[in-house]
Amino acid sequence: MPRAVAGPEIERLIQLLARLPGLGPRSARRAALHLVRKRAELMEPLSTAFIDALAKIEVCGTCGNVDTRDPCTVCADPTRDRLILVVVENVADLWALERAGVVAGRYHVLGGTLSPLDGVGPDDLNLKKLVSRVHEGETKEVLLALNATVDGQTTAHYVTDLLRDTGVKVTRLAHGVPVGGELDYLDEGTLAAAIRQRTPF
Amino acid sequence: MEWTDEGIILGTRRHGEGHAVVELMTAAHGRHLGLVRGGSSRKVTPLLQAGNSVRAVWRARLHEHLGTYALEATRVRSDRLMASAAASYGMQTLAAHLRLLPERDSHTGLYRALAVIVDHLEEPAVAGALLVRFELALLAELGFGLDLETCAATGASTDLIYVSPKSGRAVSRAAGEAWKDQILALPAFLRGPGERASSSEIESGFALTGFFLAQRVYEPRGLEFPQSRAALLAAPARAAAA
Repeated sequence: MPRAVAGPEIERLIQLLARLPGLGPRSARRAALHLVRKRAELMEPLSTAFIDALAKIEVCGTCGNVDTRDPCTVCADPTRDRLILVVVENVADLWALERAGVVAGRYHVLGGTLSPLDGVGPDDLNLKKLVSRVHEGETKEVLLALNATVDGQTTAHYVTDLLRDTGVKVTRLAHGVPVGGELDYLDEGTLAAAIRQRTPF
Repeated sequence: MEWTDEGIILGTRRHGEGHAVVELMTAAHGRHLGLVRGGSSRKVTPLLQAGNSVRAVWRARLHEHLGTYALEATRVRSDRLMASAAASYGMQTLAAHLRLLPERDSHTGLYRALAVIVDHLEEPAVAGALLVRFELALLAELGFGLDLETCAATGASTDLIYVSPKSGRAVSRAAGEAWKDQILALPAFLRGPGERASSSEIESGFALTGFFLAQRVYEPRGLEFPQSRAALLAAPARAAAA
């Protein structure tokens, strides 16, 4: 077993950093060393930011997004199109769509997809709130922006069935060739979906 | 340890940042899990979807280890399964049922049946009857097979239209008449191999297998009946109403 090269506080910092996505023990050690070197410029403001965020982070009671206010920034934005409600699996998907800036509607975060392998059933998802939002609000279209996996699309079908009686238009993302994708490198499933959903040109 | 087999993917779960644990129903090694290195990558994820057939090579140092899979897709069906509600629910129901089997216990008959059903899941008329037969075969594999050949009361082998909920044996029209409100219907397509099933008969078939699966398998194990099965049964009615 290698000898410890730093005190327990720094070793603990390294161990915690190693748990972050994208960081392993070696890169965590590098990050920790960088923080130690830049204590005043980086470590101190970072620790303050951690404490502030930890104290203020909450889940939006309307859409399930994560923010430091409830309702969240997206739900509280009066310029958003209130006719479109975009259903996403998790907050990362919401941030991805916002990054692309292609839809100006409001969101609803399900918190996962139906997955028997992981023991996730309809009661574990934020579905009741979705149905009540559609019933109560002025939504005309629900866009199911769920992953193109069997679990994701089973969830999309389930949500469609739930919303069938509400009268809203339910749409889902198109499946097919990604921008910059070369046909030669695409899998058979994606190619078949693209061919089936071809559009007039 | 190493073996090669054919299999159908039942489910995939992310493992760490880049890997995936894949659950296969294999021809000779039963329901078997294994780690796919790089299984969460953009290139591999489309192939690791439920319903796809693969050629699997499993390797591990010891038999009891999780082991790693090297998978090569031999038939991709996930795009068609995703497009249809009934097919998606059907696939999840099949996977949930197969999880009742112990891991690494060979059930070649069920694998062969699964391979036929997944090719027909988008055709509700065919898939319904196949799923009912699959559930009957599953009950038999789990040790709760129904006897639909002869009447439990008279021994007759003709005019069998009921099933006793107590014994799981067929009952003839004459013997079951007095208890017809308390016993289950035996649809015609389960009495002979060539019978074509109507939608009401498929409904009766699902009621029959659902009763025994719930009473003899799910409830004693404290498991919830798969929600996808209820959604699957409701799908044709919803589609007709739309």
